[in-house]
Amino acid sequence: MDTKKTSLYQLHQDSKAKFVEFAGYQMPIQYSEGIVEEHRFTRNHSGIFDVSHMGQLFIYGREDLVDDLERIFPLDLKNLKLNHSKYSFLMSDNAGIYDDLIITKIKDGFLIILNAACKENDFKILKALLNDKYKMVLDVERSLIAIQGPKSVQILKSVIEGVENLNFMSGNWFTLDDHNIYVTRSGYTGEDGFEVSLTNEFADRFTRRLIDKGAKLIGLGARDTLRLEAGLCLYGHELSKDKTPVEANLKWAISKDRILKGNFIGSDIITKQLNNGVNKIRVGIKPEGRIIAREKTKIYNESDLEIGEITSGTFGPSVNGPVAMGYVENKFSKKNTKIFLEVRGKKHPATICSLPFYKKSYVKGVI
Amino acid sequence: MSEVKYSKEHEWIKLEGDIATIGITKHATEMLGDIVFTELPEKGSNVEKDGTAGVVESTKAASDVYTPVSGEVVDLNQSIVDDPSKINQDPENSAWFFKLKIKDKSEMDTLMNKDEYDKFAKESSA
Repeated sequence: MDTKKTSLYQLHQDSKAKFVEFAGYQMPIQYSEGIVEEHRFTRNHSGIFDVSHMGQLFIYGREDLVDDLERIFPLDLKNLKLNHSKYSFLMSDNAGIYDDLIITKIKDGFLIILNAACKENDFKILKALLNDKYKMVLDVERSLIAIQGPKSVQILKSVIEGVENLNFMSGNWFTLDDHNIYVTRSGYTGEDGFEVSLTNEFADRFTRRLIDKGAKLIGLGARDTLRLEAGLCLYGHELSKDKTPVEANLKWAISKDRILKGNFIGSDIITKQLNNGVNKIRVGIKPEGRIIAREKTKIYNESDLEIGEITSGTFGPSVNGPVAMGYVENKFSKKNTKIFLEVRGKKHPATICSLPFYKKSYVKGVI
Repeated sequence: MSEVKYSKEHEWIKLEGDIATIGITKHATEMLGDIVFTELPEKGSNVEKDGTAGVVESTKAASDVYTPVSGEVVDLNQSIVDDPSKINQDPENSAWFFKLKIKDKSEMDTLMNKDEYDKFAKESSA
């Protein structure tokens, strides 16, 4: 099968991108300035990310759709306001994570943003779970552009007036040059920013306008270092079918009201794990010195017993040191617990730490 | 004048007397991207031609550093361990990796000169 290209492919090429194949797409891993500089530019100014490979699933329906989706997602969707978003998961019956996602209430239904590698499978699962009752569109006519970092609000506002009034995890429709654009204040870098859904034909022109205003294109490489510093999970690394949201330390994303009532896919296991605890849990890990512990690095306790494994690890440019996340046995998951990471045959000291490694505040308003 | 040679693993080696200074080429740093971690061999240890003699890691991945000749490690460049970004800035000069007291000067003959290496690097990245 040929690899797919996003609508910004030409722009990536013009910007001297190095490409990698990711989830069947030719995606930019970095541009000429490199991952560290792109990372810093996003933290200090404004970075543009082509995330058009991600799935934009529109599901249309009314009250009965809300009821049906509540049987799938552990969310209080009845009280989700128009244009407000929630982070959630698509789970199996034993609460294994098929995908993590953002679901937004729109006028005629819901918009769900899915991971690129999971979107086709998610579509099939959801279609079956919803018994084909609703119109579902995994929209390939639209691109998705994220703009992230402290200067993003000024830059995006100068192109689409009104976006500055959006609060974190909420969105709205805007019109620009007769194009309908859906903008949410969200992202995956730990910075203030926006995600912009717009037609493929307009994506290139729109993005070049952001570049003219001072934003820069950022590749998947820096996207990974940014999300890791922000302590955010990446599907296929921290999250998989073998992990539940409780094990992934994401119970904050499960509605408390829904836990009491249950009746969603995986709710039995989730309730059990919340009551009895889990064997392994996701933690933040700070290696001492500069040693980088990559995915699959084995984790040991002070008595040299294997207690877990790293799921993501890199050098964090803003932290100016190595950062990692992984799963360890629950009894070793307490902050400041001393652990050892086996890298190239040697055991290196590290500590369990709280997440995120790098913190900035999102723009919150009165809800 | 000292002689600079290059290996297929993208190391450079400068021989002065029987002391060889070894580092990685500019081309190597361009392929690796931003270097954020360096590990060097131990001082006093013996390394064998084409054996591993260190590690460099970029934000993306770890890569071994090989020694193009055999010898005893007599000096290390601690400054690239403390600040690995120096390797990207000045790879073929101040950001050398280690110095060897070489065993067999004839091993230098198996390596490429500048023109040969430039051609090799261009072809291998094409």
